[in-house]
Amino acid sequence: MIHVEGLTKDYGPRRAIEGLTFNADKGEILGFLGPNGAGKTTTMRILCGYMPPTSGKARVAGFDVIDQSIEVRRRVGYMPETVPLYPDLTVYDYLKFMADLRRVPEAEERVDQLLELLHLEDRDLSYISSLSKGLRQRVGLAQALIHNPEVLILDEPTIGLDPAQIIEVRNLIRELGQQHTIMLSTHILSEAQQVCNRVLIINKGHIVAEDTPERLQSRLTGAQRVIVQVGGDSDGVDILVSQVPGVSKLSSQEDGKFEFETVPGKDPRPEVARAIINAGYDLLDLHPIGLSLEDIFLQLTRDEPSPPEPNEEDLTEDDLEVNDDEVSELM
Amino acid sequence: MHNIWTIARREYNLYFSSPVAYVIAFVILLVLGIFFYLNLQVASAQPGYTPGAEITMVPLGTMLVLIVPAITTRLLAEERRMGTIELLLTAPVKDWELVVGKWLGGFLFLLTIIAITLIYPLILNQFVKPGIDQGPLLSGYLGLVLLSASLIAVGVFISSLFSNQIAAFVFTSGMLIFLWWILSPIVQVTGPLGGNSELLTYLDFSGHFFDNLTRGIIDLKDVVFYLSITVLALFFGSVSVEIRRWG
Repeated sequence: MIHVEGLTKDYGPRRAIEGLTFNADKGEILGFLGPNGAGKTTTMRILCGYMPPTSGKARVAGFDVIDQSIEVRRRVGYMPETVPLYPDLTVYDYLKFMADLRRVPEAEERVDQLLELLHLEDRDLSYISSLSKGLRQRVGLAQALIHNPEVLILDEPTIGLDPAQIIEVRNLIRELGQQHTIMLSTHILSEAQQVCNRVLIINKGHIVAEDTPERLQSRLTGAQRVIVQVGGDSDGVDILVSQVPGVSKLSSQEDGKFEFETVPGKDPRPEVARAIINAGYDLLDLHPIGLSLEDIFLQLTRDEPSPPEPNEEDLTEDDLEVNDDEVSELM
Repeated sequence: MHNIWTIARREYNLYFSSPVAYVIAFVILLVLGIFFYLNLQVASAQPGYTPGAEITMVPLGTMLVLIVPAITTRLLAEERRMGTIELLLTAPVKDWELVVGKWLGGFLFLLTIIAITLIYPLILNQFVKPGIDQGPLLSGYLGLVLLSASLIAVGVFISSLFSNQIAAFVFTSGMLIFLWWILSPIVQVTGPLGGNSELLTYLDFSGHFFDNLTRGIIDLKDVVFYLSITVLALFFGSVSVEIRRWG
């Protein structure tokens, strides 16, 4: 559905994205993850026909974004980061205008459908200027869905919403993902983890990783973190455990709870368990915790040389371009 | 045509859902009403003077120059500032359709206001025996329509260049004042030896209006002038929207 090859965009001398290549299949929810200024919005704008790329190719719903821009725009629903609403129109008039602009047949009925889908039925005659942020976001989504597009591009769809609204919008996106191909950008990692089938991590205009959220975790987790908990007196456990080969970075937490990282490629858990039991302690818990997507994200986007097992070529390339203001952007 | 009409209709309606339409209509009708009253006073004091439609058309032409920036600056500059331009530029609408739609919305709005001012000549027609001269009335109002089309087009073009409305407003005002008032004094000062005096005379917006159209003369040259300015400005506006897509 979305097919991108070598996409590059320059704003004057500044290169916003460079050589992006990725695909999204029909029915997929693709998460586009990256710090602010990474090039997410630029990429999305290119894909929905707002601006042409400097070089590279992109096809959306089977049409080229440069040569067949109008065809692409017919098939894409787009919600920009700042939801573009006319404050002096009512919700109904706004959606009707968008429906007309997109030549939706039986526009009135379609508008009513969407008002219902997004729980806006009772606000149809409110002026947009009087709506709360959450409601505006929903109107923006309604606008993107008005022509039942094959591809839905959502730029930070949950930004500025309260937790209840966030959950609501995420559920809605998951629901929509059954019929539409969705690409959404976010810098909230748990969101990508919850909603997306596949995640693309972008930093400084480069793709640094691409996989399902689960595989991304396991692939990049060369080292695993393990939690150990013993009952009763826990004096000396830390020394004991840290002597087991394959254990590193042991840290003590509350009440006899310890956390350590495994040396990549080794699983010292059986030895740790044996050592603790042989020494007479009560082993209550021993379980691995994967690196969270947050950790992976920071690993991939920070400007430090070689995180554990950097098997991404882009990554090493990226690490060479240390740039002060971009470091501060990540903070 | 469908796209143009959709955009134009929204713009047209928007003028009436804000105070803009009413303020503009009020000011124009008030000023014209004062002129109208004064002319009637003069006419009743001086038996030789018979007022015609020009007592409305002449001040109206000048007022259009002052009013048009207020109508046009919003059209594209505001979309850009609010980000709603993203909506229009990602809709299946061609750039020129967007620009022409915006122009048409503003143009139809101005036509509505101009149509209301027809009440003054119509009232005058009742007072003057044997009625006012119909020729200048028709050609003059044709002139107002043509003038509006070209002024709005220039305004839309300038609006497409800015995302700051105040900058767009001031620039549009300056440009229209230049085209309306400044060109002919320049020609008078520099004289025919100025080199470009013919071109400058041709570009003088007020000359085409006052010299012929308000006097009952419909010269194809004047019609072509206003129409070509309109087309040219809309063309530049479309190019400007297209160019701004790139960065």
